[in-house]
Amino acid sequence: MATQKHTIVALVLDKPGVFNRISSLFRRRGFNMESIAVGHSELPNISRVTIVVDGSTVQVEQVRKQLEKNIDVVKVTDITLRDTIIRELALIKVHANSTTRSEIIQIVDIFRAKIVDVSGDSLTVEVTGDTPKVDTLYKLLKVFGIKEIARTGCIAMTRGDNASI
Amino acid sequence: MKMTGSQILCESLIKEGVDVIFGILGGSILPLYDTLTEYPQLRHVLVRHEQAAAHAAEGYARVTGKPGVCFATSGPGATNLVTGIANAFLDSTPVIAVTGQVATPFIGKDAFQEIDITGITLPITKHNYLVSDAASVAQTVKEAFYVARSGRPGPILIDIPKDIQVNPVEFDYSAKLVMPGYKPTVNGHPTQLKKAAKLIAEAQRPVIIAGHGVIISEAYEELKELAEKAQIPVISTLLGISSFPGSHILSYGWLGMHGMAYSNKAIDACDLVIAIGMRFDDRATGKVSGFAPRAKVIHIDIDPAEIGKNVKVDVPIVGDVRNVLRSMNKYIETMQHEEWMAELEELRAKHPLSVPDCSDKILPQYVIHKICQATDGKATVVTGVGQHQMWTAQYYTFNRHNGLLTSGGLGTMGFELPASVGAAVGRPDEDIWCIAGDGSFQMTMQELGTIAQENLNIKIAIMNNGYLGMVRQWQEMFYGKRYMATPLGGPNFVKLAEAYCIPALDVKRREDVEPAIQKAKDHEGCFLLNFIVEPEENVYPMVPPGASLAEVMETPRKEVLTWPRKSTL
Ligand SMILES: Cc1ncc(C[n+]2csc(CCOP(=O)(O)OP(=O)(O)O)c2C)c(N)n1
Ligand SMILES: [Mg+2]
Repeated sequence: MATQKHTIVALVLDKPGVFNRISSLFRRRGFNMESIAVGHSELPNISRVTIVVDGSTVQVEQVRKQLEKNIDVVKVTDITLRDTIIRELALIKVHANSTTRSEIIQIVDIFRAKIVDVSGDSLTVEVTGDTPKVDTLYKLLKVFGIKEIARTGCIAMTRGDNASI
Repeated sequence: MKMTGSQILCESLIKEGVDVIFGILGGSILPLYDTLTEYPQLRHVLVRHEQAAAHAAEGYARVTGKPGVCFATSGPGATNLVTGIANAFLDSTPVIAVTGQVATPFIGKDAFQEIDITGITLPITKHNYLVSDAASVAQTVKEAFYVARSGRPGPILIDIPKDIQVNPVEFDYSAKLVMPGYKPTVNGHPTQLKKAAKLIAEAQRPVIIAGHGVIISEAYEELKELAEKAQIPVISTLLGISSFPGSHILSYGWLGMHGMAYSNKAIDACDLVIAIGMRFDDRATGKVSGFAPRAKVIHIDIDPAEIGKNVKVDVPIVGDVRNVLRSMNKYIETMQHEEWMAELEELRAKHPLSVPDCSDKILPQYVIHKICQATDGKATVVTGVGQHQMWTAQYYTFNRHNGLLTSGGLGTMGFELPASVGAAVGRPDEDIWCIAGDGSFQMTMQELGTIAQENLNIKIAIMNNGYLGMVRQWQEMFYGKRYMATPLGGPNFVKLAEAYCIPALDVKRREDVEPAIQKAKDHEGCFLLNFIVEPEENVYPMVPPGASLAEVMETPRKEVLTWPRKSTL
């Protein structure tokens, strides 16, 4: 069966152990989680989780139903086929010296990324965008030597007036 | 009024209708046990191992339909519960396990007998709780019972630190449950019901597969109405056995690896499967791609995650089986399927359950057949796991609802004796027969102590073949008859029973089988029968692993003996 990346958005109760339950479910049922991002939602005591999962439509529907079975999970939606805004943020610490610095800054500008820290032999870049954009910037910077990268994982929202979930 | 956490727990249990607890105490649950002295209406059954507490709670829950409750102390007490909780999880049984935990200030310090039991049981409970203050005990218990018995039932664990058991707070049980993440769908969607009724009206060769869900929701009458009105044969799953009277003319055996050959062949030949409260377990379906290849599938289940999980479904209906059948039956018209029924009768006649004719030996199938006769198919029968389990399912014709307690999903050897304890407590005035394997029995036979102490009326029939028989059968069939670690010694079971003051008999000759069963039956109280049965008898029919149901193998020997089946209502 053809697999594809799916973006799942879940609202979960802000209780101890909830993430343990979610990650345990992915591990146990052999679902392949690409990323998970968690934060507060617009509702009190409810967190919003965005999960990117790789799988066939049937598998991902199983993921959705199994997640929804969880008593601390309020709602789960697969928004993959909807018109969405997907973003992640990355911090990339890249080697830089007097000869490479300007070239790096040019690349960063093209990506509308930001330099957020400068030191003797490195630059730290902050970039937001969808996963391909972050991947591409990472690839371009790789030739200079990456010291460190941190990524948040994707968060997502549907376009238009309606709520995603 | 202020009450301690323990008192609040006991009050809450009483409010939830609990009257019995199975358990063993220890340091971290001592305050709670001390409080039990103030609540004589909560009967405590002291078991001999916490695994048995969980199985007994499950046995009790399965015969009464009420959640079963078990208690254990922290650490090893809690970990001993794990197998029993897992069993209840896989067989969708409402069990409430309460564990003591080390006092709050010690949590996370690897204190004596501290174990993260909520972590351990996370994947084998429907939900679990580590109680963080005495004020939340009442709410937690209320929620736990609601979750355990609603939707698809399942076990819940509540871990209560020792200090919380003694902290006094105000007791209030009136708060409403707010559970935005939990809203089981109980009524079938009308459009789906109509679609299903249409498929049923159009089908020429329909079958019903009745699962555990029929028993859990007590949809016996609704199932019977559907079957009779539309003249559809009822095949059950292993756990669905006794959801429909075994000697009903429309009862058509059970499916799966050791189900009847005719049942499996009917699944292969049918054009519509109406799957009711079942989950297409691999032991039931055989090779999934070869399952009911000519059929459309209607799947009724309360758990939406079961729909489409293993088998593609044409009409899914999420809801409580009883509600769904009640509403669906209104759309069902009276039908006849004469050709199909005639074909099925022929199949049944051609592929009966049969055993080799060896009249000088005791065949385990024969023993079970005789127990069935002696109890008129109306006993509550509890089995272990292995060949004896399959023979019980095959040769005991259940003529009462919810008569079979067996470990289906987890296949837990040792289930039979402790589950019988729970069954006997839950059905004190009925016949309880524990059909044990010599291997399974030895896993939990310490519970003879519980039975003796509580004076429980359980008839134990050990099918003693001197082997871990089911595994030996696989070695014989698939591993060149190399009997590695399957020959099994045992104690003198009669002396063992007698050591617990339980009367017992060895049964070594075929002619002694009936009188022995009668003797046990007539005895008031527990009686143990040790049947020395044919050691290398195999379970047939068998769908070999990886094969489809149509490829079912039948008794390979020529001379066969069959027992007549009553075809009355
Ligand atoms: C706890 C546990 N351990 C191991 C097994 C694997 N197993 C399945 S059936 C069986 C043999 C059961 O032997 P016995 O109880 O004597 O029953 P018989 O098959 O001989 O009737 C074994 C070892 C199991 N199901 N459960
Ligand atoms: Mg045996």
